[in-house]
Amino acid sequence: MLILENLRKTYPQPTGGELVVLDIESFRLGAAEQMVLRGESGSGKTTLLHVISGITRADSGKISIDGNDLTALSEAGRDRVRAAKIGYVFQSFNLIPGFTALENVRLGMTFGRGKYQPDRAIDLLHRVGLSDRMHHQPSQLSVGQQQRVAVARALANCPKLLLADEPTANVDPANQQRIIDLLREVCRDEKVALLLVTHSDLIAAQFDRVDRLETLNRAVASAEVPL
Amino acid sequence: MNLLYIAWRNLRFRSLASFLTIMSMALGVALTVLVMSISGIINESLQRNSNVGYNLLIGSKGSSTQLVFNSVYYLSKPIENLKYSYYLEFLPGNERQEQYAKLGGELKDPDRPGVYAMFSRDGFAIPICLGDYVDRFRAVGTTPEFFNLLRHGELNNKEYTFAQGRNFVEESPEHGFFEAVVGSQVARELKLKIGDKINASHGEGSDIHKEGFTIVGILNPTGTPNDRAAFINLEGFYLLEGHAAPERDEESGLEKRPKKSDSTSDAFTKSEKPELKRLAIDKREITAILFRTQSLFNANLMQQINKTPHAQAVSPIGEINGLLQIYIEPVQWALLVLTLLVCLVSAVSILVSIYNSMHQRTRDIAVMRALGASRDTVLIIILCESVLIAVAGGVLGWMAGHGIAAAMSPMIESRTGVQISFLSVHYPNELWVIPGLVLVGILAGLIPALVAYRTDVSKSLST
Repeated sequence: MLILENLRKTYPQPTGGELVVLDIESFRLGAAEQMVLRGESGSGKTTLLHVISGITRADSGKISIDGNDLTALSEAGRDRVRAAKIGYVFQSFNLIPGFTALENVRLGMTFGRGKYQPDRAIDLLHRVGLSDRMHHQPSQLSVGQQQRVAVARALANCPKLLLADEPTANVDPANQQRIIDLLREVCRDEKVALLLVTHSDLIAAQFDRVDRLETLNRAVASAEVPL
Repeated sequence: MNLLYIAWRNLRFRSLASFLTIMSMALGVALTVLVMSISGIINESLQRNSNVGYNLLIGSKGSSTQLVFNSVYYLSKPIENLKYSYYLEFLPGNERQEQYAKLGGELKDPDRPGVYAMFSRDGFAIPICLGDYVDRFRAVGTTPEFFNLLRHGELNNKEYTFAQGRNFVEESPEHGFFEAVVGSQVARELKLKIGDKINASHGEGSDIHKEGFTIVGILNPTGTPNDRAAFINLEGFYLLEGHAAPERDEESGLEKRPKKSDSTSDAFTKSEKPELKRLAIDKREITAILFRTQSLFNANLMQQINKTPHAQAVSPIGEINGLLQIYIEPVQWALLVLTLLVCLVSAVSILVSIYNSMHQRTRDIAVMRALGASRDTVLIIILCESVLIAVAGGVLGWMAGHGIAAAMSPMIESRTGVQISFLSVHYPNELWVIPGLVLVGILAGLIPALVAYRTDVSKSLST
C-alpha cells in the first residue's frame, strides 16, 4: 500500500548548507494495516506525513501509494493522488469556518476526482455520531466533535490511506480514546490503511505495530539537536 | 458542492465585509446606470422630437439652434418674425389668390404662384406663430392643417388623434376664430376640458389677452413637445391685441417706432374690432413655416432660402444631430470615463476586501490543498469570490439605477414622452456594465487569487 525507499528530505539552512530532516531507508505499510509511528516533538513526524501526502516534495527516494510513485509526479499529479487516495486528519482539526459539519465533509469530496456522493457525507457523519450536528458550524461544535467531523472528512473520498497527525493532541482526555477507537473502527470497516503519528505511549500501546521514528529516521538518529 | 458554492460560502462567512463591498459597488453602479439612463433619455427625446413630420423649418435669420429650440421644442424665445407674404411664397397660385381674396391687404403680384411653390407640390407649408403662453405652456398659433397634415411617431406615420373633441376650424359658427386644441399634458396639468376657455398672454407678469379661445379638442399623448402646447387658431391669434405686425423698415426689416398718434399698432380701429374681421395680409407675421417637401429638393431649397436676406431654412433632424454631436457626445464620453472610474474603484474595493481576508485564510487554503485541491482550484475559488461580489454589486446597482429611473417614469414621460420601464435600456453602452464588472471582478481577484495559488501548504499547516 505505502512504500518508502531511500527517502530523503532536506531544508536549506540560513547559515548555508542543508539540514537533513528525513532520511528513511525503507518503510512499508500494508493495505488496511493500522500502525503507529511514535516520535518525540521535532522528530519529523509532520514533515514525513507532508512528504507522504505529496504536500511537500521529497529530495530523493521513492514514495509509492497504491502503485503511484509520487516522486515521479508533478505537483498537480501529487494533488490528484492525494485527493483520490489519501485522507488526512490534522492535529488541530482544521475544519473550514463558515462551512457546516456536512459541508466540511463534502468539501473533501469536491476536490477528489471520484464520483461525488453527497449521501456518503451524511452516512459518515452518522457513523461518527454527529447525525444531529450536521448543520452546525465548527464554532458550534466541541473539540471532540470537531475532530470527529475531521475524521469523517478524511474518509469522504474513500481513500486507501489515512494519515493522522497527532489526532488527539488537542482533544480533552475524555475524548482521546473515543477518537482513536473511531479512527481504528472506520478504517477497519472501510479497509483503509492507517498511519498514525503520535508522541503518546498510551496511544501507541493500543496498536499491534509501532515504529519509533527516531529509529526509522536516520536524520534524527544522527542529529545532536532535535529537529 | 461546486467551486462557486464554496466561494459563496466563503463570502457568507465574511458577510459584513462582503456586504459592504457589494453595497459600495452597487451605489457606484446605480449612480452610473442612472446617469446613463438620463443621458440616453435626453438623447432619445431629442431624436424622437426631431422626427417631427416635416423636413424643413423656415424662420427668420438668426440662430438656427434657437429656431429649432423655439419652433420644435417650444423652448427659448422666438427670433424675429417673417412676413406672412413670405409664407405665401410657398403656396401655389390659386391658394395665394384665395388667401388674398379672403384676407385682403397689400400683396405684390397676387396672381402669380409662390416662388417656392414648386417645392411644396407633394408636401405642405404650415405657418406657426409663437410668443404667447397659456399659463406656463406655449401657445402656438397655427392653422387646422397642423393636425390634418402633420404626422408623428418613429416612422412619421401616426396621425394626431383626439382624446376628446375635435380639431379646431378656421372659423366656426359657435366660436368664430377662437377655437383651440390643447396637448395632453396641458389638459392634465391645467385640468382643462372641452368647452373651457383659455386666454393667452405674452408670458409671466404680462397682461392676459381678453379674448379667450374655447377648447374644442384635447390631444392624445404623443410623446412630442406638442403634448406641452396649446394650439390656437391662427386667425384668432392675429386678432389678439398687439399681434398685428408693426411697421418695418423696408431695407433693414427692423420694427419702426410707433408714432404718437398711433394708439394701437393693430390693423383695426376700435370701431372695427367687434366685427372681428380677419387681419390683412400685410399686417400679419409668422414665427416659422413647417415645410415638408420631397427630400431630394431639400438641399436646393435650403440654399435658395438661406441666400435671402431675411429668412433661413434648417433641417430639424440635421440640427438635432449637430446638437447631439456638440453637447451630448462629450457627455457620453464623460459618462464612459465615469463608468471606467466606477469600475476601477470597484476593482480596488474588491481587491482590498479579498486581499485583506487572505491573511486570515492562509490556513483554510492550505487545508483545502491538503484535501486535494490543486493550486488552480484555489485560484478559481478566489476568482469566483471576486466575480460574485462584482456581479452582485453590479446587478444590485443596475436594479437600483433602473428602479429609480422607473420610479421617475411618470415625470420623465410627461416631460419628454420617453416611456421608461424597469428593464428598458436607453443607453446602449449600459449593456456592457455587467460583463465589464465580471471582467473587473476577475482582474481584481487576480492578486489575492495568486496569493492563494502560491500558498505554502506545508508552512501554513505547521503554523
